[in-house]
Amino acid sequence: MKKSWQSKLFDMFNTVVLGVFASTTVLPFLYVLACSFAPEKEILSKPFFIIPSEVHLRSYKYIFSSPTLPRAFLVSLFITISGALTAMFFTLTMAYPLSKKYLVGRNVLLGLVTFTLVFGGGMIPGFLVIKSLGFINKYWALILPGALSTWNLLVVKNFFQELPQEMEDSARVDGCSALGTFLRIVLPLSMPVIATFTLFYAVGYWNDYRSALLYTTNNKMWPLQLVLRQIILMAAGNIDGATFDEAYTQPPLESVKNAVIVFGTVPILAVYPFLQKHFVKGIMIGAIKG
Amino acid sequence: MSAGIKIKNKRKKQGYKLRQIKKDLWLYILVIPGLLHFIVFKYLPMWGILIAFKDYNAYLGFFGSPWVGFKQFTDFFTSPEFGRLFVNTLTISFYNLIFGFPAPVIMALMLNEIRKQWYKRTIQTLVYIPHFISWVIIASLTYTLFNSQGVINKYIAAMGNEAVPFLTSADTFRPLIIGQTIWKETGFGTIIYLAALAGIDVQLYEAAVIDGANRFKQFWHITLPSIKGTIITLLILRMGHILDNGFDQLFLMSNSLNRSVSEVFDVYVYTMGITRGAFSFSTAVGLFKSLIGIVLIYSSNRLAKAAGESGIF
Repeated sequence: MKKSWQSKLFDMFNTVVLGVFASTTVLPFLYVLACSFAPEKEILSKPFFIIPSEVHLRSYKYIFSSPTLPRAFLVSLFITISGALTAMFFTLTMAYPLSKKYLVGRNVLLGLVTFTLVFGGGMIPGFLVIKSLGFINKYWALILPGALSTWNLLVVKNFFQELPQEMEDSARVDGCSALGTFLRIVLPLSMPVIATFTLFYAVGYWNDYRSALLYTTNNKMWPLQLVLRQIILMAAGNIDGATFDEAYTQPPLESVKNAVIVFGTVPILAVYPFLQKHFVKGIMIGAIKG
Repeated sequence: MSAGIKIKNKRKKQGYKLRQIKKDLWLYILVIPGLLHFIVFKYLPMWGILIAFKDYNAYLGFFGSPWVGFKQFTDFFTSPEFGRLFVNTLTISFYNLIFGFPAPVIMALMLNEIRKQWYKRTIQTLVYIPHFISWVIIASLTYTLFNSQGVINKYIAAMGNEAVPFLTSADTFRPLIIGQTIWKETGFGTIIYLAALAGIDVQLYEAAVIDGANRFKQFWHITLPSIKGTIITLLILRMGHILDNGFDQLFLMSNSLNRSVSEVFDVYVYTMGITRGAFSFSTAVGLFKSLIGIVLIYSSNRLAKAAGESGIF
């Protein structure tokens, strides 16, 4: 098809605009990465650069010189892995029965579930529940409340609904129990969806700082995000009176702040290729069917 | 039908239900963990909402604290903060809606027009990333780039102007917040629209070309109408959250200097409740917000149905 000049102009415009937007995604990280290795003078004088004039590892050495950040990293890792596994357990076990249209009482259950999409107790009642469960300053408070997302539950339920019932029926005819069908037929067939939502939950747990902010006062339990907030945003005078760690009482050097940002971002970027493979598929399954 | 047969049929139906339940016993057992989770972490807090009608005292506990009717609500509505909070919350939501909602649609349409698949895939890979970055990192990036000695201000200074206090000025706060949201969510938001666009029948385009439609006409008469349903559905879902500004983002970006525009309901609930311990009061604020949300989501659902689209309920 021969293209008019307007069409070609539009294509050029389109390509450039998208390219500019995509580069705003990458450039800030490149700059921060460069600053984390650069001498302090360079950061303060030069406006923008991607290659530092000299490479210093000073800031990264500083990060590992105190246990604060490595410990926070490990705490986050622990919460993320156990949280994602817990969440998948709750989500899968509840989604499967709800996907069976013949289940007596299904509509009542679905109504209860869907209602939570539009209404919730809120931050303070949630806090009081956690407190009365005795979970303050316990890792339970950082793992359990987020361990079942209504939205994720409904999408996984819809996925199970679309699975061909004949596969399960033939397994039952062959003598497989209801539970066995779930474990040995349905779950293996659902691997893409399981992978997608495990990753979604994991990202949610990794990025969560609010739970620790609300439910912990012991800074040794703080996940990485909360410590990052302390270090980087505290320097701007943004934090009011929270308990902070001894190692970072002084406003840190610019290169240290940048190194800390890199430290907090690299894990997500490292996992991102795996995420990307799965999540587009996961969304499409959920979106079209849901 | 005689009475005897009617009773027999009814018993048969009840018996059928009981037999079905027995057959599905394992399904009910499977549902228990999730159900418990819902009860403890989602429904139990709903009971906690009752403290909005009490004067909650930690020593007296839930049952010991006295009932005060609507006092917390009247205190809230008559307080000087109410107007400011309402304006701040609605303004940010409104700007987010005007700028943030169309952005993924526009980007999806643009991506859809890219012919070179490698370029399209590269762009997609890059723009999805910010969605997975935490607000702490995004706020930190913002502070690093926009502070008075940051990159942006260095360029502004190089052009001979005075440094702009992006992080503390009330005038720059809202653009900064909207910009962050657009940066974070536009890319990821295109996925659902791209899925809808991919589902358009190619034959429609072929027929249009035969009829002599140019590229723009194809876009206007085929592409746009095909995603109308998706847009409306997502818009409805959005409406219910018009008073939710996202605590995570705003809590990190607000400070004492921009408080006049940055304080929104969600952050106020935290400040009054957790920091100052006014549990009943802040719960009343939260309840007010939630109720408006419900009203909005049901009304916009009704509106969509009236306009001919299928709602979500």
